[in-house]
Amino acid sequence: MEAEAAKYIGAGLATLGMIGSALGVGLIFSGFLQGATRNPSAAPGQFTNLILGAALAEALGIFAFVIGLLCLFA
Amino acid sequence: MADPMHQFQISKVVDLPAVNVPGLGLVDLSITNSTLAMMVAAVLITLFFTAVTAKPKLVPGRLQVVGEGAFAFIDDLATSIMGEQGRAFFPFILTLFVFILALNLLGMFTVFTATSQVAVTATFAALTILLVIGVGFAKNGIKFFKLFAPTGVPWYLLILVTPIEFISFLLRPVSLALRLFGNMLGGHVAMKVFAGFVVSLGAFGLVGIPGAVLAMGGVVAITALEFLVAFLQAFVFAVLTTVYLNDVVHLDQH
Repeated sequence: MEAEAAKYIGAGLATLGMIGSALGVGLIFSGFLQGATRNPSAAPGQFTNLILGAALAEALGIFAFVIGLLCLFA
Repeated sequence: MADPMHQFQISKVVDLPAVNVPGLGLVDLSITNSTLAMMVAAVLITLFFTAVTAKPKLVPGRLQVVGEGAFAFIDDLATSIMGEQGRAFFPFILTLFVFILALNLLGMFTVFTATSQVAVTATFAALTILLVIGVGFAKNGIKFFKLFAPTGVPWYLLILVTPIEFISFLLRPVSLALRLFGNMLGGHVAMKVFAGFVVSLGAFGLVGIPGAVLAMGGVVAITALEFLVAFLQAFVFAVLTTVYLNDVVHLDQH
């Protein structure tokens, strides 16, 4: 296989890591909505925690994205 | 189709001669489009807050509500996470939040996003983590290292937990920098790629037009999403800065 082709395949494979972070962020929001619909009065107080959890889970997906970029451009 | 990475290229606006800094060697101090974007953001923020506080009224006008809203938003955040001691770090957190938000929004309205440069975001992250370490040592002295040994963990588990805590602490600035960088870069690339679809599908004539219309709708939707991301990433940076500062300020509760 040519090195150039392997580079693009590698970059594509690296972005598969984002599946995990997508599942994580989805789980966080589903958990928040389940809790919020059961006790709507407690929901606004948890907004910061919601965003924090989503950001922490998302960071791992971003790492995969950055690895993909490194494969292509570095 | 135009290269979607072209928008992130650094170009010199004002060429200045390189300066010899002792210990670093020759440093290029030319004003690039990245520095220009940051200067514009700084000037806009200063003008905005000057306008907000110029004629404060008891019943605030529209502009004053926005300014006070941003102020109260971060004040709430700092005090809800750190308690009364959050007030001491409020200026730093508000400055970071407003500056990152201004850079993100400037990237949405103009051609260049300074926060999509890893050099810029890494500087923010380095600033934050150096403050965390500095405050940690100033407040706790050598007890700062208790950060890596959480209370209530039995000693035999510490062998496992301490390296994990240590690595997670080292990864904090990395993830801070990469999250902002990756989000802004990814979002802007996606926007440009969809915009490219509109042109290249439209060039097919009658067959391509429905696809082009669909892609156009996509561009509009992604642009709206990017405005949300621009705010959210500035907020996330502020929240994480507060949480990391809280870890070292309230070390005994860790």
